[in-house]
Parts: sequence; structure tokens; C-alpha cells
Amino acid sequence: MSAAQQTGAAESAALFEFLLRMGDNALILGHRVSEWCGHAPALEEDIALSNTALDLIGQTQLWLGLAGEVEGKGRSADDLAYLRDGLDFRNVLLVERPNGDFGKTLMRQFLFDAWHYLLLKALKGSSDRRIAEIAEKTLKEVSYHLDRSRDLVIRLGDGTAESHRRMQDALDDLWPYTGELFMGDASDATVAAGGAAPEPASLKASWDELVAETLAEATLKTPADGYMQKGGKRGVHTEHLGFILSDLQFLQRAYPGGTW
Amino acid sequence: MSSEWPLWEVFIRGQHGLNHRHVGSLHAPDAEMAVNNARDVYTRRNEGVSIWVVRSSDITASAPSDKGPLFEPSNSKVYRHPTFFDVPDEVGHM
Repeated sequence: MSAAQQTGAAESAALFEFLLRMGDNALILGHRVSEWCGHAPALEEDIALSNTALDLIGQTQLWLGLAGEVEGKGRSADDLAYLRDGLDFRNVLLVERPNGDFGKTLMRQFLFDAWHYLLLKALKGSSDRRIAEIAEKTLKEVSYHLDRSRDLVIRLGDGTAESHRRMQDALDDLWPYTGELFMGDASDATVAAGGAAPEPASLKASWDELVAETLAEATLKTPADGYMQKGGKRGVHTEHLGFILSDLQFLQRAYPGGTW
Repeated sequence: MSSEWPLWEVFIRGQHGLNHRHVGSLHAPDAEMAVNNARDVYTRRNEGVSIWVVRSSDITASAPSDKGPLFEPSNSKVYRHPTFFDVPDEVGHM
């Protein structure tokens, strides 16, 4: 293999990794949010959450579809979603956190949406046309997700004493999982060098600003950046991912190749 | 929880140039969330370009018991209905 070919292979491996991370974040969060279907506190919220879940699962198809194409081994988005094991999933730990109460689900959604929104905005300028196109399409959905989760975080944070307490608890509990969104590794650096995606750390200042502004309006106290949990981006997950996958992948595992 | 929220009537304009049409109702704590909820409940399949919401309690409706006095008199006044004109074929569907 020539040096140029080696560089090409390293770039394409890094790109594959990046696309798995995008797809897996959307898939696992989409699955988590879908768990609310039929259980939300009001019919209107139930439908809104289901819409968000469906948006995310639709986005998964785009990202994992492209990942399969870049990998070049003939794996489809479905193959990647249903037939990989936990160690091969690349989602951040934040999205596999259990739903908790409605407030906690919304807080997780807001913290993720703020990051997702900023990242997709940056990806619209990606040097990879395919990534820029997916970003263009999904940013519209994610802008709405952010509007909605931001609005509800403010309403519940600045609501009753009970809702305020629950939102602050949710925030304190989830905060240590936000750091991973901004941690880069060698593969992120390779992708960033080619201009396909920004360095994760480059989004931190805008995210801090957006989140601080919202939390202030919600009368919630932004936790200090202390120890941050990490591992999901390289396949080291919490105990929750296995349970998610056993639900998510059951059908294809029990009835391989089943279609309907 | 939703029983504590007021009821809103939702009107959606399907295309530019058409009127808003009543599509249903939903619960929401205020107007802004009523619009958001309407977006999620009633426009999931690309039904609209504009949403109006109005509190159901702000609508003044005619009473079903007034049906006779309000509407029946017009039935007997045939001259109010333009049914005596021959529409030329070139006009097409009216």
C-alpha cells in the first residue's frame, strides 16, 4: 500500500467512525424518547415526543446509510443498527441515560439538542457534500427540537417549587455526561483536518453560552464542570446500552433477516 | 394534567391562498404552546403552511336549540337562492 493509499484508508476509517457516532447518537436517543410513547403526561406531549423520536430515527437512516457506504463492505443502515454489538456502538453516554421523569427526559433532550443544533449548523459547511446535505436536511428538525426542549426546560425550571426541584436534580445528574460531547480523539482530528466536521471542542463555547442563557431564564443553577464521564464514543458504555439493544435488536436477532 | 389546561381550537391553512380550516382541538397551558402542540398533533403529514389557535372559551356559538329561528326561515325564501339562472356552458363549474 502506498503512503497516499494509507492516508486515504485512515481518512475513510475516521470518517466511518464519525458517521457511526452521528448515527448512533440519533438512534439511541430516538429509542429512549420512543419509550415515552403512550406514557407521556398529556396526549399532546406524547405525540410531540413520538415525533422527536421518529425524526431522530429518520436521521439515523441517513447517517448510518452513509456510514455503510463509506465503509464499503455492503452493510446497510439496518445492518449497522440491528446487527452490531454494544462495543461497536459509538454514541455518547448522555443519550443512553434512562428517561427518569418527564423533566429529566426533557433536560437530557435540551442538553443534547443544543449540541446537536450547533454541530449540524457547522456541518452545513462540511467539505464532504454528502454530510453537508444531511446536515441541511436534519437541521430543520433539530431546530424545532431545540425550540421545544428549551421552552419546556424554561417553563418547568421556572415553574412550581416541585418542577424546579426536579429540573435542578435532572441537570445536576446529567451534567457529568455533557463533557463527552466536546472531547476529541485522533479520529476526530483526522476528520477535522479534512474539513468534513469541526473539532468537538470548538463547539464548547457556543454551547456553554446557549445553555447558560437558557438555564438562567429557567432559574436553574448551572453546575460547575467537574469530572466528566466518557467512553461511549469509543464503545465503552454504561450498563444501560445492553438493555436498550436487547429491546431494539430483538426482532432481527430472533428472526434473522425478517422483513414485513 | 391536561385536564387543568384550557382547550384550544386549531385552524390550519393547507396551502397559500386557501382559508384556514378548523381541524380539531387540543389542550395547552398558553397560546405559544398551543401552536407548538398543534404543529405536532395536526401537521405531521405536511398538512399546513399556517396555524391559528383560539381559546375554545372565546368562541361564541349559536345554540342548537335556536336552529329553527336562525336557519329555517331562509329555506322558504326560494328567491334568495340563485337557482333560476341558466349558467352558460362556457362558464364551466361554479
